Amino acid sequence: MGLLSRIFGKDVSREQQPSAGVVKTTEVTKKEDKPVADKITAGHVHMSGCTGCLVAVADNYGGLLTLLDKYVDYVYDLTLADVRHIPKMDVALVEGSVCINDKLSVEEIKQTREKSAIVVAVGGCACYGNITRFARGGQQNQPKHEAFLPIGDLINVDVYIPGCAPTPQLIRNVCVMAYLLLKGTKEQKELAGAYLKPLMNLAKRGTTACFCDLMTDVINQGLCIGCGTCAAACPVRAITHEYGRPQGQRDLCVKCGACYTQCPRSFLNMDVIKNFESIQELIKGAL
Amino acid sequence: MAENFLGNYKSCVSARATDKEILKGAQDGGIVTQLFAYALETGIIDGAIVAGPSDEPWKPRPMVAMTKDDLLKSRGTRYNLCPSVSFIKEATRSYGLDKVGIVGVPCQVQAVRKGQLYPAGLRDVPDAIALVVGIFCMENFTYQSIQQLVEDHAGVKLESVKKMEIGKGKFTVKTERGAEIALPLKVTHKYNQPGDHVCLDYVAEWADVSTGSVGSPDGWSTVFVRTKKGEDVWAKAMAAGCFETKPIEQVKPGLELVTKLATEKITKNRKTLEERASFGVGKGLRNPYL
Repeated sequence: MGLLSRIFGKDVSREQQPSAGVVKTTEVTKKEDKPVADKITAGHVHMSGCTGCLVAVADNYGGLLTLLDKYVDYVYDLTLADVRHIPKMDVALVEGSVCINDKLSVEEIKQTREKSAIVVAVGGCACYGNITRFARGGQQNQPKHEAFLPIGDLINVDVYIPGCAPTPQLIRNVCVMAYLLLKGTKEQKELAGAYLKPLMNLAKRGTTACFCDLMTDVINQGLCIGCGTCAAACPVRAITHEYGRPQGQRDLCVKCGACYTQCPRSFLNMDVIKNFESIQELIKGAL
Repeated sequence: MAENFLGNYKSCVSARATDKEILKGAQDGGIVTQLFAYALETGIIDGAIVAGPSDEPWKPRPMVAMTKDDLLKSRGTRYNLCPSVSFIKEATRSYGLDKVGIVGVPCQVQAVRKGQLYPAGLRDVPDAIALVVGIFCMENFTYQSIQQLVEDHAGVKLESVKKMEIGKGKFTVKTERGAEIALPLKVTHKYNQPGDHVCLDYVAEWADVSTGSVGSPDGWSTVFVRTKKGEDVWAKAMAAGCFETKPIEQVKPGLELVTKLATEKITKNRKTLEERASFGVGKGLRNPYL
């Protein structure tokens, strides 16, 4: 009995129920098993992260609805799908690192690998540990949860989307490309494969990231051209330029991997990027 | 068929701005300043990231130009690094721009396009890029290198320099009092920033519109219109009387020289990439294109 019922002495909720019930049943009867025949299945697996990655997914606004409408059956998500256990899916978007002191987390990341065709590490924590690298435990009510690893230290990961938070646009692009890879025409599959390749290479490259990547793999390799991209990409404004080269305040660095990923001299797959105009049109057209 | 070293383009002309004020301080034809001024005026962009002045003489600093006056401050070429792309996210945040214009050398244009397709740290930037103008670039210098070239090799104070030019095989420094010192380009080569030696783009192939002095007569610029967006903006600017143009086929030295220099740069840098692959003993240096 709700507050209104107690005030008016009658059960308001019951009075309203019939009409609500009718709407519900029609919805149920209208629902098809698979409204669009060739949708892919995807889910959002939430490990130890701040939910910022999930928010970034949602920040595609109308684009997300179109994705769910036309291309993707969202089969698993703490906040959007009423499913307890990790189901079989085509694409698993994993947010957060794995707390290895927590049995359930370890079990779930293993299941994610076993049950998914493609595992995408979404965001700095899943890719590189990010802020969870700085965890020392001591937090109530699980003070002994102190050891966190990027998912790539426990399972093989197919695609990386670095960044803290990862951008809605990169998540969107990867989702569209993943769809084309699984369901597209021969040419679309080729394009999607070529688009995803550098993000797959990042997954192979390793599970640590830092501003230092710019030093070791760009500046020290004689590749830096002082364009400024890394400074724009850094979410904590840790990067300035000295002598025309990026200078990082390493104490500020959260180890998200955005600067190195964004650098035009980390990877520049010209065969794909030269088609920037048509690819952007393709993605806009899809949504 | 010969390999294309000039990228895809819809049209190519020799052009210069019609605005006398812009031409006065321009490096060549005032194309970038005029095009951004028009785009600002008509709302095609609401701000442009350009190389503005800084506290040190001839050292550029990225600047978000919101007015024609801002643009006038950034006229001319400085021949040293300006990390303009570092402002690309900030332009959409503190400056509140929805339609961003940016000008850069080819590697910066590449960074912008990569950022549009792979925006790992550039939230909301991809769709806010409204106009990308590229400038031809053979190589670039750090500020310390340009200081050494001007002050040690040319022997004049940076403060007294009125204009620097690279062309006709020379690096020329012109001072306020009228002195003109020309260094053979060969002297400058050891000061090139090393990262330029693996660059495979001379004419900013991925820009909406790209421009540079090479190929056109003095005071004019060669302009490539490359994308649908570029074509649209260029057509509108032409209709508004922003530029006078000549067919590129009718000017000297024309596209032949642009092609020659582009071929030279890309061929030389491909060789550098090959050498890097076997730089050590059984070990190579990293190749960003693989």
